[in-house]
Amino acid sequence: MERAVHDRGGTPTDAPIDRTEHELSDWELLTDALVGALGGEGLMNVDELRRGIESMPADEYERASYYERWLSSIETILTEKGVLAPGELDARLAR
Amino acid sequence: MNDHDHDHDHPHAPITNGSEPPAAARVRALEELLVERGVVSRDDVRRRIDWLVSRSPADGARLVARAWVDPEFKQRLLADARASALELGLDPGPSPVVVAVENTQAVHHLVVCTLCSCYPRALLGPPPDWYKSLPYRSRAVSDPRGVLTEFGVELDADVELRVLDSTADMRYLVIPRRPAGSEGMSEEDLAALVTRDAMIGVAQPGS
Amino acid sequence: MKFRAGQRVRVAVRPHEGHHRTPGYLKGKPGNIELVHGSFTNPETRAYGADGLPLQPVYLVGFQQREVWPDYRGDPGDRIYVDVFEHWLEEAE
Repeated sequence: MERAVHDRGGTPTDAPIDRTEHELSDWELLTDALVGALGGEGLMNVDELRRGIESMPADEYERASYYERWLSSIETILTEKGVLAPGELDARLAR
Repeated sequence: MNDHDHDHDHPHAPITNGSEPPAAARVRALEELLVERGVVSRDDVRRRIDWLVSRSPADGARLVARAWVDPEFKQRLLADARASALELGLDPGPSPVVVAVENTQAVHHLVVCTLCSCYPRALLGPPPDWYKSLPYRSRAVSDPRGVLTEFGVELDADVELRVLDSTADMRYLVIPRRPAGSEGMSEEDLAALVTRDAMIGVAQPGS
Repeated sequence: MKFRAGQRVRVAVRPHEGHHRTPGYLKGKPGNIELVHGSFTNPETRAYGADGLPLQPVYLVGFQQREVWPDYRGDPGDRIYVDVFEHWLEEAE
């Protein structure tokens, strides 16, 4: 049975475990806190966060950093719920 | 690198440090938008950031050190880690259930979340990148002894290795074995021996 | 609660579109109920905006690693424990 992109237990890999660590940057903390704040407002729960992450195409999922996945999920879920209009954030960034 | 050695008479794009990914500007713009709309409050976001940065393995280490010196506390910790954390004035976090598991002469535990990154963050601080990485999530379940070797842990012969894959609401924390020669140490000094990695199961304490 | 500690169970093999928390490597594997965690909201519905009710029982299920992985290279006594929702478990012989 085919595995979803996030379902990694026992998947074949030769990659060594890279033990480099980094302190969370401001934008990563912000992303984390935003999910919490949205959760507090009843707009996004942890299961939706995970589902949003799991809906990423495999190559995007694998390329993205941890909090890039979170951000992708926030956008997916909020757009789904009509809190964000499609393309709205892109338009804002282009201003 | 920027070559901004001219007059600043033009508007800048959203403020980002040159080494940040595009996601940085994106999430800042998103927060601005959501705050403007009253969807979330900036204060709430800031409070949550403050909580995140307040978290560290020191709290988990205190639980372990107390368990090492107080056998009855250890039994309470094994029965209900959330209540035991509260007993010591610690914040067990929003996870409904925190479970402490004990390493013994016969058993060594290793914790992973193969599906995402579930982790007892309130008591250990943020999970390290490797814990969230695809290779760890893959091999911690299928080749845990190989993973331990990579982390420099050699288990004694006949030790049963138990992997815990955190797939639901439970968050797991390992009580490592008290190091030999630590008798007579103060609880505070014992806590200093307990590392984050020992509480995940990829290190022995004091190493 | 349908199952009790010590009982032999098997993780269901079912195609499941959409969010669920039963890892692929466990599907079809036999294990033993280690303990009953209690009941929790159902992520499979909550992930789509529902309230996740009614609460669903979750068990800690223990497996022998060599029954999970055909090429398992560790010790024969090694085990893996996973939190599994009741509706993903079947009685096993």
